Amino acid sequence: MHELPVTESILKVVLKHAEKNNVRQVVSISLQIGKLSDLEDEWIQRYFDYLSKGTLAEGAKLKIERMPIMVQCSDCATSYEAQATNLGELICPACGGKDITLVSGREYYIKDMEVQ
Amino acid sequence: MEEVRLIEVKEEILADNVKVATEVRERLRKTKTMLLNLMSSPGSGKTSLILQTIANLKDKLRLGVIEADIDSKVDAEKVAAQGISAVQLRTGGFCHLDATMVTQGINALAVNDLDLIIIENVGNLVCPAEFDTGAHKNVMILSVPEGDDKPLKYPLMFSICDVLLINKIDYLSLSNFDMSAVRKRVLVLNPRITIIEVSCVTGSGIEDWITWLKKEVDTFRQLK
Repeated sequence: MHELPVTESILKVVLKHAEKNNVRQVVSISLQIGKLSDLEDEWIQRYFDYLSKGTLAEGAKLKIERMPIMVQCSDCATSYEAQATNLGELICPACGGKDITLVSGREYYIKDMEVQ
Repeated sequence: MEEVRLIEVKEEILADNVKVATEVRERLRKTKTMLLNLMSSPGSGKTSLILQTIANLKDKLRLGVIEADIDSKVDAEKVAAQGISAVQLRTGGFCHLDATMVTQGINALAVNDLDLIIIENVGNLVCPAEFDTGAHKNVMILSVPEGDDKPLKYPLMFSICDVLLINKIDYLSLSNFDMSAVRKRVLVLNPRITIIEVSCVTGSGIEDWITWLKKEVDTFRQLK
């Protein structure tokens, strides 16, 4: 639902790095997005295509890597991966504990980009 | 053909917003104004809760309200009529508030001596969870008619809030809403959350909410 502002931020960061590095054309951009995000890959690309028209990043392909939701058991400190659909009913596989903290799964990160 | 090279970027996409949000928090810490971000689905009772809060606290605290809900009944004039500083942000069809919009709201309030500013965020359980507004406390409302499965459908929202208000408990007898299942689901997502059951219509539980809020504001004002 908020793909537009997020995509604007991606483009801003990409263009900043492109100008700094005397880039002629951005070919692709590698993103890491947490699985807790509701963003749809297809829509991010569509918005990006629209916003990047006439810039160095026009036509760039977004490579989106979905990062796992990691949780940690507060009792025995075991970390493990959770699915967004069963977050409400987690039980630690090591000790059976139910006091669980979210460690990651919310990130929006630009890793690198391929340029010419 | 021209060679393709790799540039390392290593940047958080929402870093700009986080920076502005941190500035908002710092600025309000200096004026000892606590900023509270109120979020929920449309129709779950944000407006009613704000009116109840104003009625209970307007003689004890200096309050301000930043209205962002697209179709809110509490417009700036109505709140201002109660002697409360209020601004209405024109968010258009925007699905959430970000820290820059909140900064505009604080500037528009044009007062530096408030104890508490409440943001009525856009009615939506998805987008507002992703954007730091600069608030010191995040509070959400889940109302009984929405159903007890909401923590399973919108885990992020439940995981970022300090308080969950379960509103419209006067509807409990008319529904199959499972209160203990909700509490269990929410506490797994967020073991530190405070859960308060309220009804803005009957006034049930409002005292508990006001007690929590007053204590938080008092603690905040004593911070150095």
